[in-house]
Amino acid sequence: MIRLSPGGKIFVVGNTIFLFGVSILCLLPLIHILALSFSSSGPATANEVKFWPVDFTFGSYKFIMHKSEFLTAMVVTLKRFSIGTAISLALTLLSAYALSKEERAFRGRTLYAWIFMLTILFNGGLIPWYLAIHQTGLLDTIWALVIPNGVQVFNVILLLNFFRGLPKELEEAAFIDGAGHLTTLIRVFIPVSAPALATITLFTIVYHWNAWFDGLLLMNSPAHYPLQSYLQTVTTVRDLTLISSQSLDDLKDVSDRTSKSAQLFLGALPILCVYPFLQRYFIKGVVLGSVKE
Amino acid sequence: MGIPLLIREGGSSEPMQRKKTMRQLPLHLMLLPALVILAVYNYYPMAGAVIAFQNFTPAKGIWHSEWVGLDNFDYIANLPGTLRVLWNTVFIALMKIIANLVLPILMALLLNEIINNRFKKIVQTMIYLPHFLSWVILSGVLIDILSPSTGIVNQVLSLFGVEPIYFLGNNHWFPFVLVASDVWKEFGFNTIVYLAALTSINPSLYEAAVVDGASRWKQTLHVTLPGMLPIMILLMTLSLGNVLNAGFDQIFNLYSPQVYESGDIIDTLVYRLGFVDAQFGVATAVGLFKSVVSLLLISLSYLLAYRIANYRIF
Repeated sequence: MIRLSPGGKIFVVGNTIFLFGVSILCLLPLIHILALSFSSSGPATANEVKFWPVDFTFGSYKFIMHKSEFLTAMVVTLKRFSIGTAISLALTLLSAYALSKEERAFRGRTLYAWIFMLTILFNGGLIPWYLAIHQTGLLDTIWALVIPNGVQVFNVILLLNFFRGLPKELEEAAFIDGAGHLTTLIRVFIPVSAPALATITLFTIVYHWNAWFDGLLLMNSPAHYPLQSYLQTVTTVRDLTLISSQSLDDLKDVSDRTSKSAQLFLGALPILCVYPFLQRYFIKGVVLGSVKE
Repeated sequence: MGIPLLIREGGSSEPMQRKKTMRQLPLHLMLLPALVILAVYNYYPMAGAVIAFQNFTPAKGIWHSEWVGLDNFDYIANLPGTLRVLWNTVFIALMKIIANLVLPILMALLLNEIINNRFKKIVQTMIYLPHFLSWVILSGVLIDILSPSTGIVNQVLSLFGVEPIYFLGNNHWFPFVLVASDVWKEFGFNTIVYLAALTSINPSLYEAAVVDGASRWKQTLHVTLPGMLPIMILLMTLSLGNVLNAGFDQIFNLYSPQVYESGDIIDTLVYRLGFVDAQFGVATAVGLFKSVVSLLLISLSYLLAYRIANYRIF
């Protein structure tokens, strides 16, 4: 190791403390909400809760687990992200495989690539998009949340660049063995693309879990809201009329504030669970997207 | 090369040509489902944007609504709040672009000085967690902690004798809350991108600098920063396309009528015109204006990125 001058030592110590401080600061708001969600309503309302639960209780979580709206929304979300991820992955694989061919092996490939690309550059706006979904009869159904966004163009580009980086010999060997394109994709390309596939699967799952605006706009009845849309109506609307006073009386250790906090935490929990994997594949994803031949 | 080479050499003969076309047919079919979805939910709405020139009513539909030329654009241009909304959009977006460019660079430089890889990793893990949470969750958190009566931020400020501030209801503070909270969500992500760029700098450059007697500061100045320059230029150019994207998800969840003056942006205006006031034609006109300007900006930014940084998307 290089020997440091006294000034250098001060810098290293100061830098370490500063970076640690910034990191903690990023998490403090979330820790505060977590602490609130495990606190009783008394201390929460009296602003006594800081970063550790006061008068620890599972009350808020029990309260939510008996709330039918929350559970219904959770079911919609689970449906949406399993169907949505399946559709999206299938379409991404098929599109990326075809588009990864050279123009001389697949005439029209460049034109097709531009058709995909143009949708990133330009859009018709919110209203015509809504009308298209309305006219195809998807409004107020689960399909409105998984079909219009089925083609994730960024993921297609990511995967097609990955496919292009694979050795040409793989594909040629498969063709010589008499495999068609679909067989080549399934038996040769997919098995060697695990990291890229993991990346786009995670991206798609996070996308579907976090999406809230389409649910809010395209579902007519709140019973069809996915979790994030439901949370949007509960936690960001700043009047309390949505919470019925009777249900609050049922549990005296639950307040509006603690139950909101608990719902926020539950809304973030799945992301926290896949976070270690996200982290591992995220950088790979960034690198994958930028590596080109 | 096996078969493809053969095909290319004999490409002119009739049966070979047919065989080649047959071989390409599955590729077209593989694209078909995606193309149908893009046609219906991306290209059809592009064509549907013509309702910007109509007095559109859902009952009559696109084909039978009355054509009004540029009336919708006229109407919106003469609305007193329009200029304000345009200004808010550009102001908020530019502040975010600048903050999310400068702060991550500083953060990456400081992190790069850390020798302990474990600590480096812990810091990274902590700072880019908010990136993966939705604005619904983060807004819920912000609304709680920024509340003037119960929020922990105002409690801390009161220790220093500061009167409670209604951050989300005050036109002076609101844009800064937007920028600060956007930095909270995104700066970790951007820091990682810069750090990845830093690791690709050739170590021998540092060794040469040490031999030349350069201090750590000089090394940062003459090796690290120039090494980051290409990615900095690239991200700067590409962010040009975001000048009209002030962040709908964030603002929609944080704003209220009290702060329309400082926080209303094009996207939130389109939403309210369309889905609250049911003025579909006018809302589409505003949206179309944004789409066209954005297209020009994005095209320009890709062109610049290609020229300056040799960046290609596919």
